[in-house]
Amino acid sequence: MTNFAQNFKQQNFEKEIMKKVSKTLKTVALLFILCFSLQGFASSDKDQNPAVDTKEEVDAYILHHIKDAHDFHLFSYTASNGERNHIGFPLPVIVWTNNGLATFMSSAFHHDDEGEVVVERNGSRLVKLHSKIYELEAGASKVELDEANHATNAHKVLDFSITKSVMGILFVGLFMLIVFSALARQYTNKKVPTGFGRVLEPLVIYVRDEIALPNIGEKKYRKFTGYLLTVFFFIWILNLLGLTPFGFNVTGQLAVTAALAIFTLVIYTVSGNKDYWMHMLWMPGVPVLIRPVLAIIELAGAFIIKPFSLLVRLFANISAGHIVVMSLIAIMFTLKKSLGVVGATGLSLVLAFFITLIEVLVAFLQAYIFTMLSALFIGMAVAEHDHDHAHDVKGHDVPDAEDVRGDFI
Amino acid sequence: MYNLIGAGLIVIGAGIGLGQIGGKAMEGIARQPEATGKIQTAMIIIAALLEGLAFGALFLGK
Amino acid sequence: MEVLLNDFSPGLFVVQTILLLGLILLLVKFAWKPILNSLNERESGILDALASAEKARADIQNLQADNEKMLQVARTEREAMLKEAREIKDKMISDSKELAKVEGDKMLKQAQAAIESEKKAAVADIKNQVAELSVAIAEKVIKEELSSNEKQLKLVDSMLSDIKLN
Repeated sequence: MTNFAQNFKQQNFEKEIMKKVSKTLKTVALLFILCFSLQGFASSDKDQNPAVDTKEEVDAYILHHIKDAHDFHLFSYTASNGERNHIGFPLPVIVWTNNGLATFMSSAFHHDDEGEVVVERNGSRLVKLHSKIYELEAGASKVELDEANHATNAHKVLDFSITKSVMGILFVGLFMLIVFSALARQYTNKKVPTGFGRVLEPLVIYVRDEIALPNIGEKKYRKFTGYLLTVFFFIWILNLLGLTPFGFNVTGQLAVTAALAIFTLVIYTVSGNKDYWMHMLWMPGVPVLIRPVLAIIELAGAFIIKPFSLLVRLFANISAGHIVVMSLIAIMFTLKKSLGVVGATGLSLVLAFFITLIEVLVAFLQAYIFTMLSALFIGMAVAEHDHDHAHDVKGHDVPDAEDVRGDFI
Repeated sequence: MYNLIGAGLIVIGAGIGLGQIGGKAMEGIARQPEATGKIQTAMIIIAALLEGLAFGALFLGK
Repeated sequence: MEVLLNDFSPGLFVVQTILLLGLILLLVKFAWKPILNSLNERESGILDALASAEKARADIQNLQADNEKMLQVARTEREAMLKEAREIKDKMISDSKELAKVEGDKMLKQAQAAIESEKKAAVADIKNQVAELSVAIAEKVIKEELSSNEKQLKLVDSMLSDIKLN
């Protein structure tokens, strides 16, 4: 009897969860439909983005994908009359030219990426070349390229466009705001969150207890937990978004990771205490002659190496992941001749599947490592030393036997 | 050409380093299974630092 | 390096910086602060509850110890009382035994004395009757014996023969 009651309860519970999940799914689906039906446009350009078949085309396609894009391209197909159609929607272009601000939709370029279509706005002539917008010099009507594919008669403009990456950032930012403020609101009338909040709460606690608290220390972790949480979820969600077929490559943009790394740099530089600067500029406990040398090394470490390693690691991991996944998918047509259609497709599917699984892990791992190292650097800057300890070169405490013994008892 | 050789050398060095880190971490875990969490965290941090260095050198050389 | 710098988009960097700053500020204000505060509140609440539970447990333990002590005291008291009662009972039994014995002895003696005196009286009575009877018998016998001369003579003779003058 009790068993039956329990079963019944559980079933009810499951039903409730199912209801909630389906509701959430519906909302998400609606959101997507709204997003993509807004300005969906199908255009036909016969010669400009041909079907990708050969190895060179695959390379070019992958390199193109790794870069940021000015329109949101979903997929392309060849129509029965031989026309190549692209499905997607344009994004606004906002550039600062010699003649001031110019704004227009990216559909003005007609999917051109070779600098052939010239758009005139505010008296400046703009072309798009390899996903970058160039302004033609006065008098030039067509972009000229040298051997290294650099434009000779055009210069880059400051590009504040809502590119695909910016759209991804906005999307994730909005998502985080909605989801986490909903979680925050849940706490006002109950102690334990329900629904999706039950998934988020352990993650928040994980970041606080496993990343912020142990690296920064009991006293000061509170001040920095907000930043670490934001960065962790921002990077993680964007990494995962990069694995979807929408083809976001936001955390694989150097500018994005650089901004993230510079935030960490600013935070640990601003919040560094007297000990931190003392250890950096005038290391105690070493001969005076060595101190300036150490200061140079420490300064370079703090201001160049640390942020550089942060930004390059994230960028390189995510970009490499995208390149590998796309290359493995490309096996489908590059090895078609030697393996046959079924063999090439099967090999490509199996390899791409397993690499994608690994990429899911990497997506989390990179978010974790970025947050972890940020916390570590901040922790080093705010750590309070008691000076009867020895220090090594980097300013870490060298624990003596008394300190370590506690860990073993 | 030399750039590519340099990149290869970097990757070899980083690979040896990562192997050392992983191997020693495994040894440590085998010796003290109760310290698994701490060892893993430290291992990941050091591996990440090494990886950052390797990537940095790789891109500088590219 | 050159490729990297070529790929770097200053515009995107500026946009990302502004968006990230906004995101951090908004999230800290509307999400992380309330979430972390309520998490802390909940955790301290749990700790408090644990501490009070621990305290209640200690209290109960104290109470139990007190009870145990009281029980112990009661038990020893009961034992003492039982012992006393047993002693009293034993004493009463032995006392009454003694008394009964004494009384019985006394009654026995009285009875014996009464029996003795009755016996004596009876014996005396019997003696009297025997004496009377023997006198009567003797009278009759004598009367019989002395009814004829011959017999009187014979008696005298027998008696004389019995008496030996020495």
